[in-house]
Amino acid sequence: MSLVKLLTFAQHFTGLPVLFTEMENNSVIATEATILFAGDSGDGIQLTGDQFTTTTALFGNDVSTFPNFPAEIRAPQGTLAGVSGFQIKFGSQEIYTAGDHCDLLVVMNAAALKANLNQLKPGGMIIANTEGFDPKNLRLAKYPEGVNPLEDGSLSDYKVYKLEVTKMTKATLEGSGLGTKEIDRTKNMFVLGYIFWIYNRTPEHTIKFIEQKFAKRPEIVDANVKTLKAGYHFGETSETFMQRVQVKPATIEPGIYRNMTGNPATAIGLIAAAKKAGLPLFLGSYPITPASDILHELSKHKNFGVRTFQAEDEIAAITSAIGAAFGGSLAVTTSSGPGIALKTEAIGLAIMLELPLVIINVQRGGPSTGLPTKTEQADLMQAIYGRNGEAPMPVIAAQTPADCFFAVYEACRIAVEHSTPVFFLSDGYLANGAEPWKFPTSSELKPINPNFATPLPEGETFLPYKRDEKLARKWAVPGVKGLEHRIGGLEKENETGNISYDPDNHEFMVKLRAEKVARVADSIPSQTLDNGPEKGKVLVLGWGSTYGSIKTAVKKALDEGYSVAHCHVRYIMPFPKNLESILRNYDTVIVPEMNNGQLVKIIRDKFLIDAKGISKIKGIPFTADEIFQHIVSHS
Amino acid sequence: MSTSQLEKVPFTSKDLVTDQDVRWCPGCGDYSILKQVQTVVPELGLNREEIVFISGIGCSSRFPYYMETYGMHSIHGRATAIASGLKATRPELSVWIVTGDGDSLSIGGNHFIHLLRRNFDVNILLFNNEIYGLTKGQYSPTSEAGKVTKSTPMGSIDHPFNPLALVLGADGTFVARTMDRDPIHMREVLKRANLHKGSSLVEIYQNCNVFNDGAFEVYTDKKTKADETLFVEHGKPLVFGADKAKGIILDGFTPKVVDLNELSVNDLWVHDESDRVKAGILTRFFDEVNTEPHLPRVFGVFYVEDRARYEDVFNQQIADSIRLKGEGNLDKLLSGNNTWEVK
Repeated sequence: MSLVKLLTFAQHFTGLPVLFTEMENNSVIATEATILFAGDSGDGIQLTGDQFTTTTALFGNDVSTFPNFPAEIRAPQGTLAGVSGFQIKFGSQEIYTAGDHCDLLVVMNAAALKANLNQLKPGGMIIANTEGFDPKNLRLAKYPEGVNPLEDGSLSDYKVYKLEVTKMTKATLEGSGLGTKEIDRTKNMFVLGYIFWIYNRTPEHTIKFIEQKFAKRPEIVDANVKTLKAGYHFGETSETFMQRVQVKPATIEPGIYRNMTGNPATAIGLIAAAKKAGLPLFLGSYPITPASDILHELSKHKNFGVRTFQAEDEIAAITSAIGAAFGGSLAVTTSSGPGIALKTEAIGLAIMLELPLVIINVQRGGPSTGLPTKTEQADLMQAIYGRNGEAPMPVIAAQTPADCFFAVYEACRIAVEHSTPVFFLSDGYLANGAEPWKFPTSSELKPINPNFATPLPEGETFLPYKRDEKLARKWAVPGVKGLEHRIGGLEKENETGNISYDPDNHEFMVKLRAEKVARVADSIPSQTLDNGPEKGKVLVLGWGSTYGSIKTAVKKALDEGYSVAHCHVRYIMPFPKNLESILRNYDTVIVPEMNNGQLVKIIRDKFLIDAKGISKIKGIPFTADEIFQHIVSHS
Repeated sequence: MSTSQLEKVPFTSKDLVTDQDVRWCPGCGDYSILKQVQTVVPELGLNREEIVFISGIGCSSRFPYYMETYGMHSIHGRATAIASGLKATRPELSVWIVTGDGDSLSIGGNHFIHLLRRNFDVNILLFNNEIYGLTKGQYSPTSEAGKVTKSTPMGSIDHPFNPLALVLGADGTFVARTMDRDPIHMREVLKRANLHKGSSLVEIYQNCNVFNDGAFEVYTDKKTKADETLFVEHGKPLVFGADKAKGIILDGFTPKVVDLNELSVNDLWVHDESDRVKAGILTRFFDEVNTEPHLPRVFGVFYVEDRARYEDVFNQQIADSIRLKGEGNLDKLLSGNNTWEVK
C-alpha cells in the first residue's frame, strides 16, 4: 500500500486525520488518541475509563483524563441529565490535557450520543450500543418521534460501528446462573474488551483488578472476566471491518511512575507534609462535591496517625481544625466554594490567632450551589479577598492533578513555618483528572520546621505574639508549663497578645499581618517561564488547571513561529518577587481563566499592566485550540 | 506533649488570676461564677498547663481572659466545635467551654447538640441570663415569650428553649443546673461535672443586672427560694419548701406537689441520676412562676450516663489501624500499588 493510500485508509477507519505515518501488526501507528466513553450514570463508565487509563499508563503512554459526571447520583435512566462521561487522551508524546475533541466516541445509549456528539472530531469514530437506541431510549434522549440517528444518515460524516452489546453480553453469560440485572451490569466490560483490542492493549491488568474487587464473589469475577474477554475476541473476529490503532509508549523522562488523580494527590501531599513536619495530621471536613474524595482518601490512612473528623457542618469543620491547630496538629479543612463561604468568619479568626491551618478549596461552578460537578476557577477573589476586615493570607494553586501533591505540600510548609492559615486552590478538573506521576521519595521532600515555643527560664514572661524574622509567632501548645496564654479574635497588642483597642495599635497590627504574608515571598521559588522566549510579543499568564491547555497551545504556537511564552503562577498571594519583571518583557499579557476575569484584575491592580483577560465560564476546561486562537489574535 | 504522667504541681486560686482587668459590669453574676471556678479548679488534681478554657462570643465568653491557663476567646457559637477539635487530638487536656444562652443555643445551636451526642469529655458552663447582654439587650432564645426588649417592643413572639430538655434530647450524658447566687451549690456541681467522663453540661442561672435584672430572683431571693426551688440529690426524696414541708410524687408520669403534713416522705419520688425518663420529667419542671399551680425549678445533677467518649474511640481507631496495618510508610504511600518504569 502506498503511503498516501495508507493515510487515506487509516483516516477513513480511525478518524485520526494526520497523526500517524506507518502501520505495524495490522495497526495504524498514531502519536496520540482521545477516547470519550459515555453512557448512563449506572453504566459503569467511570470504571471503564479508569481501567483503560491504568492499562494504557502501565503500557507506557503519557495520559491525561477527565471524568464528567452528572450532578444527580441516579438521574433518571436514559435521560440527558443522567449522562456520565470519561475522556482520556494518551500518546507516545507528552500529553498535557484530556484532549479538546475525541477521535473515538463510545456511547452506551442515545442520550450519551446526543450529549457528546459535539465533542467528536470531524470524521471521528462512534461505537454505539444499539440496544441503547431503542424507542424508549430515543424518546428519553428527546429525539423526535421515529428518528434514530444510527439509522437516518445524520451521522454520515462519522464512522459508526453498531454493536449489540447487551445481546452479546447475554449470549456470553448464558448458563452462568446470573440474573438479568447482574448480567446487564457487566456489559461495560464487553465494550472495554473491544476497546482494548482496537488499541492493542491487553486485558490482564483489568482481569487482576476484577479478581481483587470481587474477591468474595467468584461468580461475579467469572462473569466480568468472560465478558471482558468476549469483547476483546469480538474485535478479532470482526477484524475485517475495524482498523486497529497502535499508540506506542511515550518517550518521557526516565523514572518510576504511577497514575495520579488530583484529590488523592492532595490527600497524600497532606500526609507527606505532616510526616516531614513531625506533626499529627487533622482534617475537619464536611462532605461536598468535588472535595469529598480528599476526606475519603485521608480516612483510609489512619495508620499514618491521620485523624479525620466529619463535622456537623462547614463551620465546625474549620473550627474543629482551628482547635486541633491550637493543640499542635497540622490542621486542614477541605471544601468547595459554598462551604468556603461558610468558613469565612473562622478563616478570619485563624488569621488573628496566627495559627497554622490549610484551607482547601476544590473549586466548582458557582455562585451558590452552581454547578457542583463542573469545574471553574471563580473562587480566586474569594480566596484572596473574601473576608471581613484587612485579612490577607497566602494563596497557592495547583496546576495539574499530580501537582496537587507539591502545591498542597507547599501550602503546609508555609502554614507551619509562617504561622498562618494558607489557602490551597484546586478545582473539579484537577480533582478528578489523572496523569502519570513520577513520584518523589520521602527523602527528596523539603523539610518542614514547626516553630514551637519552648519553656522559658524562671521569671521570664511568655509573649505569645513575639515574632521571628519572618514575623511568624511561635506555636505555644497547651500542656507546656509556663506558656499559658490566651488568644482570641479581638485585636491584639503586638507581642503580649493582650486585647487592645488602641487606634495606632490596630493600624500597626493590620500592616504587620500584611507584611507577614508579604514576607512569604522570601521563602518561595522565583517565577519561571514554562515555555517560550524571555522577551516577546505575547505572554500567556495562567494559574491553576488551565496549565495543560495553555501548555499545549503555546507549544503549538511556538512550533508555528509565533512569539509567545507561557508563565504559570502557583503562588498567587504573595506573588513571586520577580513576576512583575517577567510580565514587562512582553508586548501583551493575556490571562485565560475559567471565570469572568479574576487573576487579570489582580495583575492589573498590582502592576498597572494592561493585561487582557480571556474568559471561559462553561463548567468545562479551555480547549488548547481556543487558547491557540487567542494567541494568534493577540500576535 | 502529654502531661498526664507528670507530677502534679499544686496551685491556688490566686495562680489562676490573670493580669487583665475584669471588665464585666459591676454586679454581674459572672463575677461569682469566675470566683467559684477559680476556687474549684485548683482542687481538681490538674496541672495548670493542661487546662484550656474555650469560649465563643458574648459577655460570658470573656471568661478565658481571666483564667491563667491556656485559653481561646473564639467566634460566636463555635467554642464547642473548636473544643471538639482540640479534645479529639489532645484527649489528655482538661477542656472547659464557657458559653452563653445566645452563643450556645442560638448561633451555636448546631455545634452544641453535636458535641453532646458525640460525648467529648469536656465541661460546658452555660451561663444563662435569658438576654443578649453584649449587644445591649435583645431577647435571647431562652427569654420568656412576650418579653419586651429593644428588638421586641411589642413582646417576643418566640417560644423559648428549655435548655436542659434540649441537652437530654441531644443525649447529653451529664445534665445539671445551678445558679450564680448559690456559690456552695455551684462549686459542688462543678466538681461533679469535672469528675464525669463525657460532656458535662452545667446550666448556670446568671443574673444580668443591666438588661435583665431579677430574671431568676424568685429562685435566689430568700423570701421565695425555698418554695420555688427543688434541689435534687441522688438517692434522696424530692423535698422542698419552707420547713421542707413539701414533696414531689409521681402520679403515673405526672409530677405532683404534695404536703408532707399529709403524706410521708417515704411516698415521695426518690431522685435517681441514672433514670433517663425521670430526668426528662425533671427538665420539664419549667413552668412560669406566675402560672398557678406550678412546680418548683430543679437544681442539681439531673442525669448522669456513662457512654463512650468520642476522643477515646477516635484515637483507638488510629491505634487499631497501626496495629493492623503497621505504622504508615510514606515511601510506600507515595509509590502506591501500580507503578511502571520508564527507561
